Amino acid sequence: MTKNLVKAMVLVAVAMTTVLYSSRSAAADDIVIGLLCDRSGPTQTNGAIMCGAAQDYFKLVNSKGGVEGYKFRPIEIDAEYKVPLGIEAYERWKKEGVVSIMLYGTNHVQSLQQRMAEDKIPGTSPGFGTAASSDGARYPYLFPIAATFYSQAAAGVKFAGDRIAGLKGKKIAFLYFDNPTGREPIPMLEALAKSEGFDLKTFSVPPPGIEMSAQVLDLTLRFKPDFLITNLFGRAASVGVKALRRAGYPLDKAVALAWGATEADLDAAGGMSVGEGYYAMMFHGVGADYSILNAVRDMYKSEGQALPKAFGTVLYNRWLFHAAIQVEAARIAAQSAKGVKIASEDMRRGFEGISAASLEKFDGMAPPLHITAADHEGGGWIQIYQIKGGKYVKATEYFTAYPDIKADVIGQRK
Amino acid sequence: MPSLQLRYSILGLAVVLLAVPFIAAEYYLSIINLIFIAIVGAIGLNILVGNTGQVSIGHGAFMSVGAYTAANLIVRLHAPFWVAIPAGGAMAALVGAIVGIPSLRIRGIYLVISTLAAQLIIEWLINHVHAISGGTQASINVPRPTVLGSELRTQQQFYFFLAAFVVLAIIAALNLGRTRVGRAFIAIRDQDIAAEIMGINITRYKLTAFMISSFYAGVAGVLYTYFLGVANYEQFQIGVSIDYLAMIIIGGLGSIRGSILGAIFVTVLPLVVRQLLETLGDLFSVSTKLGQYIPHMRLTIFGALIITFLVAEPDGLNRLWISARNHLRRLRPAQ
Repeated sequence: MTKNLVKAMVLVAVAMTTVLYSSRSAAADDIVIGLLCDRSGPTQTNGAIMCGAAQDYFKLVNSKGGVEGYKFRPIEIDAEYKVPLGIEAYERWKKEGVVSIMLYGTNHVQSLQQRMAEDKIPGTSPGFGTAASSDGARYPYLFPIAATFYSQAAAGVKFAGDRIAGLKGKKIAFLYFDNPTGREPIPMLEALAKSEGFDLKTFSVPPPGIEMSAQVLDLTLRFKPDFLITNLFGRAASVGVKALRRAGYPLDKAVALAWGATEADLDAAGGMSVGEGYYAMMFHGVGADYSILNAVRDMYKSEGQALPKAFGTVLYNRWLFHAAIQVEAARIAAQSAKGVKIASEDMRRGFEGISAASLEKFDGMAPPLHITAADHEGGGWIQIYQIKGGKYVKATEYFTAYPDIKADVIGQRK
Repeated sequence: MPSLQLRYSILGLAVVLLAVPFIAAEYYLSIINLIFIAIVGAIGLNILVGNTGQVSIGHGAFMSVGAYTAANLIVRLHAPFWVAIPAGGAMAALVGAIVGIPSLRIRGIYLVISTLAAQLIIEWLINHVHAISGGTQASINVPRPTVLGSELRTQQQFYFFLAAFVVLAIIAALNLGRTRVGRAFIAIRDQDIAAEIMGINITRYKLTAFMISSFYAGVAGVLYTYFLGVANYEQFQIGVSIDYLAMIIIGGLGSIRGSILGAIFVTVLPLVVRQLLETLGDLFSVSTKLGQYIPHMRLTIFGALIITFLVAEPDGLNRLWISARNHLRRLRPAQ
């Protein structure tokens, strides 16, 4: 028994070493993109859809010859929402010559940002991470590229003001999952409450967020807000919709921030009809009727394969958009690189060169971002959809809100 | 006077440890650095669980106490590492002593629950008290440590920095085991009533065990914070506490070598299984299809391997190590 175990141990040790030493070689004209994925772990329901979408988009671009002769080589690594696995992923990408990283998970953004700045490797974190990173001077290698939680909060307040005819003296409630990500909009909301003169009350849902009837009752029966903003995600998002409905809260007086009302959340709540009337915030287009989605559909058709189940859903489109911004940055970088290997610094300049004009070809799938060296968020664009008849129906066009107050809150405006 | 053999093995080990950072690529050094941090934490937990017999699943929280103490000192008072690290450890030890108080009355599974409560309370406090956490995001960015006038940046520099603390942690734990305190811990583990009759002050030694263990955890937390450049509460949640418990159970309770082997095993195994499956996926060129299943297979294999090891050798990797050594000794021709 012992002898066999010793042999087994030696075998395992040999296997470990060989596996860790094996690596694939990169071609000179490859653009290596690190794709941080959570196909397992607490956020796997999102990850499974999003990683697939990004892979589809890189495959599509490569099948059309890449950009300016450069091909993409996305390296997907599953990090299970665990920091040590994210560190290992980062070092492995570095070994493979990564020039840009598609991040996922606030914990990974936090634990990698210092390394990324030192190694001068840019990373994108659309809709999560830290709101302060929209300040390019302070975080030169982090690109939120889409509306941060501050911009989402600002957009939510502006939208509320439009629906209830003015904010002065009105009551706005904020229902949120009680962790750093859930709490992040609060400083922005507090600043807006002061400047716009509305009464803000926050209701926290402690992890794991599967029970919130007390908060929802308190909110609906005692506080009786004129409008409600929610920042719930994961299981809490579906529980939240159900709890609000049960308490008789009119969902057409509530808007969910970007991670709170996806198809996955509503399916878990019992179907899209449960969320009838609910407003959902997006930083990209929803639905399958966009040119890049048609191109992906054609690619699947020509390969004779069935479309992924999540095709055209919020999360699929979200990472399609995310990958598309990476590709556009690489396109700008490639135009100046002209055959020389693209470096990570070129990619950073690529991101900082993204303008509304360069995104026009996405016909509304991507917002009119204008990313500059100072503004890594590109303006903080949001559009709001309403769930109507089991579908997302566009309620507003892309808009931005309260940029000055946002600059104050992140301390950018001196 | 140590034996000649021991002196040679220590010398050999020192040469290997000094050579590694010059041979290994940065990628491998980063993994070794993660292992180093895990070793410091695991040795500390083993003193409490393995030596003293007090099971705790609050180790992650003690790490966070150390991390946030140091982060605040570094950011607000510009404390150098030689202040921040012991201060983080000391604060964790203080909190550990408080958390250890229930251990005077309750044991076994009840103590586990009370340390679980401590984990959740500490998490909550750090999360909600802005004076500790530095704001709603509960993360504090920390500059790189400066040692002898130069800032640590590369994995190689961190390797030496962390290795020094690993060596210190091992030597301290080895010596602790030989003192009256260390022997008292073992007496309490084996039979606390008997220990009390022999004249061992149970109150004092149980709390001391909690303090020493938490000190190690606090130091590991500060090292982790320096390594990542940020103190963030998500790095110290309940899952981390369970990982550390897994390290010492798989490695071998009550043994320093067990803590080291367990820390290596639990840190490296998920990485290896992941890469192994990815490589296999590439061989059969079905990676996109397999991509959906790899993470789940990885978790299954990881769990299955742990169960296999525990069933085959309940005393952990340390026991396996000793068996292997004895086996090799028997193979040696008789002199």
